[in-house]
Amino acid sequence: MAGPLPLGDPAPADGLLPASAAIGADDRAFGVYVHVPFCRVRCGYCDFNTYTADELRGARRSDYAGQAIDEIRMSRRVLEGSGVRSREASTVFFGGGTPTLLPTGDLVSMLGAIRDEFGLVAGAEVTTEANPDSVDRDDLARLAAGGFTRVSFGMQSAVPHVLATLDRTHDPERVPLVVGWAREAGLDVSLDLIYGTPGESLADWRRSVEAVLAERPDHVSAYALIVEDGTKLARQIRRGEVAEPSDDLEADMYELADDLLAAAGYEWYEVSNWATRVEQRSRHNLGYWRGDDWWGVGPGAHSHVGGVRWWNAKHPAAYAERLAAGVSPAVGRETLDAATRETERVLLTSRIREGLAIESLPAAGRHAVAALIADGLVEARTALAGRLVLTRRGRLLADAVVRRLLDPVGPS
Amino acid sequence: MSPRAVAPLVPAATDPAMIRNFCIIAHIDHGKSTLADRMLQITGIVSDRDMRAQYLDRMDIERERGITIKSQAVRMPWAVADSSGAGRAYALNMIDTPGHVDFSYEVSRSLAACEGAILLVDAAQGIEAQTLANLYLALENDLEIIPVLNKIDLPAAEPEKYARELAELIGGSPDDVLKVSGKTGEGVEALLDRVVERIPAPVGDADAPARAMIFDSVYDSYRGVVTYVRMVDGKLNPRERIQMMSTRATHEILEIGVSSPEPTPTKGLGVGEVGYLITGVKDVRQSKVGDTVTTAVKPASEALAGYTEPLPMVFSGLYPIDGSDYPELREALDKLKLSDAALVYEPETSVALGFGFRAGFLGLLHLEIVTERLRREFGLDIIATAPSVVYEVTTEDKKTVTVTNPSEFPTGGKIAEVREPMVKAAILAPKDYVGTIMELCQSRRGSLLGMDYLGEDRVEIRYTIPLGEIVFDFFDQLKSKTAGYASLDYEPVGDQAADLVKVDILLQGEQVDAFSAIVHRDKAYAYGVLMTGRLRELIPRQQFEVPIQAAIGARIIARESIRAMRKDVLAKCYGGDITRKRKLLEKQKEGKKRMKMVGRVEVPQEAFIAALSGETEGKKDGKK
Repeated sequence: MAGPLPLGDPAPADGLLPASAAIGADDRAFGVYVHVPFCRVRCGYCDFNTYTADELRGARRSDYAGQAIDEIRMSRRVLEGSGVRSREASTVFFGGGTPTLLPTGDLVSMLGAIRDEFGLVAGAEVTTEANPDSVDRDDLARLAAGGFTRVSFGMQSAVPHVLATLDRTHDPERVPLVVGWAREAGLDVSLDLIYGTPGESLADWRRSVEAVLAERPDHVSAYALIVEDGTKLARQIRRGEVAEPSDDLEADMYELADDLLAAAGYEWYEVSNWATRVEQRSRHNLGYWRGDDWWGVGPGAHSHVGGVRWWNAKHPAAYAERLAAGVSPAVGRETLDAATRETERVLLTSRIREGLAIESLPAAGRHAVAALIADGLVEARTALAGRLVLTRRGRLLADAVVRRLLDPVGPS
Repeated sequence: MSPRAVAPLVPAATDPAMIRNFCIIAHIDHGKSTLADRMLQITGIVSDRDMRAQYLDRMDIERERGITIKSQAVRMPWAVADSSGAGRAYALNMIDTPGHVDFSYEVSRSLAACEGAILLVDAAQGIEAQTLANLYLALENDLEIIPVLNKIDLPAAEPEKYARELAELIGGSPDDVLKVSGKTGEGVEALLDRVVERIPAPVGDADAPARAMIFDSVYDSYRGVVTYVRMVDGKLNPRERIQMMSTRATHEILEIGVSSPEPTPTKGLGVGEVGYLITGVKDVRQSKVGDTVTTAVKPASEALAGYTEPLPMVFSGLYPIDGSDYPELREALDKLKLSDAALVYEPETSVALGFGFRAGFLGLLHLEIVTERLRREFGLDIIATAPSVVYEVTTEDKKTVTVTNPSEFPTGGKIAEVREPMVKAAILAPKDYVGTIMELCQSRRGSLLGMDYLGEDRVEIRYTIPLGEIVFDFFDQLKSKTAGYASLDYEPVGDQAADLVKVDILLQGEQVDAFSAIVHRDKAYAYGVLMTGRLRELIPRQQFEVPIQAAIGARIIARESIRAMRKDVLAKCYGGDITRKRKLLEKQKEGKKRMKMVGRVEVPQEAFIAALSGETEGKKDGKK
């Protein structure tokens, strides 16, 4: 099952936020994330908060949209009650789990509730994740008609043995089909890849990246596989059944992907994300890195408004119970102090292409920049112009760069 | 005969003719403490109900390791039938000597307090090198030796064979060798009778000014220093003012008594008696082993012979693993010093290890015991750097520097001569291992002094070897090459000039002081390759390539490099769970606090420790 929720303060039953959350809200974009905690099977590497039919303890998928809509309605009351001025949502993202395991109508009605409560800005980005084998042509057409603008397919790999190790069930041959249907419906398309799967060679990876490029998606994500504690994959590695992915090979894979993507006209805009044009970058995703506000709907979902982070009850049954009782599903939260917000700002914005303003760093962090340039981790040219932007090597060592900026005693 | 038959003699009023002072010379594991336990029971001073194993060993470490670190004296009553058949009471003082070569000075003082010694040898193993060394000491002190084979209850015991070996060694007939079992008590009464019969009574002048030799000095956290003495002349009384003859310091006797085996106050101590004094001093340095105690009112004119200051032979840096424990380490050493007169230390700093102490020890076991006590009694996590010996370095401008730490070794190539301490080592082993042992000794720059057969199948091999070679895993090597059969004893025999150099280890050009070593020129390369190789395995990859070099002065003799780390980024954002990402950063920052900086290179403290101890399986490649 998913990793534990963070330790924090208890959240109040009415979900109301401290007054500080409202400060500066007008300057921040607002997004809504809807978590759909269902999967047909659990993939061996996944530690997200998702459940197969057997694990639901009486919670029913068919009731889920109604519950989520309850939380969406509650969210507006909570924000208003907390003095946070209501803003139209500029992005909506359905993630999971497998959102498309729900009937398309459910997804559309949840989006409708968001539109009712908050409104959507003109040109809002509305995405759903989908597995290549969980949607068909009609689903995609209905999603587009219902207001979705974008679909992000969990392709992960084009190589059968890699997909098998990941427990992914789809046929790689289906990817071109679903991409075609999505385009036909007028949806923007993102393809998601995972690299560093045990047994995956550099040649396997090249094949996957080339397969992605053959589809000419608008957007590509490539995430290094993280072996999370408690997953089947972690157990397999511990027992020596599969080899732990090597950092060096992963670095090779990242560099190869970056080369191939760049040559095909994709630009990186976040450590793990590339897009053809600025407008194709995932604005929802960027909101996380930029410290914008978002409401996370659903079991275990995380929200952030003005320096207050909170998270919902994890299990769908516990989540449903709280909503049925009229209680906020939030079970814990933290109110960030100024120093922690600053730490997060550096941690998050250093990962994106627009980078962070060097003058906004504390003195010690500013002094670290010269050595970071010398070590080839930060772009010299942009640094001279006042912005800290990671080089490719710097992207691969982004966590070390952040440590050097925040705690610049030693090199990492 | 049972001691219960006659009334025990009263201390301070005992005729010296009825006193027997003896010690037990034995190797670790040959059953000395168990034999002592049986004596305590058989003489009736410890009841069967109060008996516990190794009764006299006070420290946990002593009991666990089966070795005696500090000696003690116990007064036991014993009766022997005289010619008329009536029981005559004797007072037996058993002085429990330390068994290890590191404490040979303490051994020599214990021996000087006795007229006789039980030579106790395991009937399944025969005599060992250290026992042999202590036997020589006992013979030098003109002690009456009673040879005894112990553990005759063991199935592997070969009492006949080892009785012949002992008889050859000390003269006499194999039939004179007593056979006992400390475990079952068999033969112990006969042994006590033999002690009375063979060991001479002490002699001294009861009317002369008091002279007592300190043979042990123990710090007790409740009572202060407890001083164990052997009276030679005169008498010491309660409340009397005494004087230490080496320092002229005077103290008042707050308590005087004998151990039987618990401390029992008496009206004093007379000629030939063995007992303890408590004066309220808090530091064993004020009551030094070997010193002579006299009275302040009527001091003796001449001290008893044989007193020397303990000289440290082996030095090591002691560092707390958590730098913030430094004050606790200082406090702990200060406390240990109260009970360990041989321990010396002074503050030292190391680039790699931070703040610590340079400490001097009598030998390797002493070092091990001190570090173990720091860990166990004071709960300190500490690291000890590779042990080093004392070198005398003469520079070309005729200045002589005493080097106890490689960092003090003069640099710049103006060295005229380096002298290193030498020891005479005696190794006892089954004859099949002679070749292996000689090979080892040769490889450690030893020169053969001689070789003797001891009994049928064992050989004593004598070498002079630089002490510096002995402290560097010689004993471990000896044990592993001889399946544990060889035993070793050594004693200092001056010094020699040698072609010694200091090898430095550099990380990205920065010297790592903890790894500098003074080695023979012929071994410098091997040391360099060993240490650079270990560090390459142990130091995690950095954001840049890190060269590791070994150098003599400016000359590089070995090199390795650690490739730059290529990936250190958490790719995903966990669906907006930023808290998790921040916590990870905090964890990484916390981990960084345990890192030591050598120039720009971050080295986990564990890597230094592992490199110093030779454990190289620390580094995980790749994933964190």
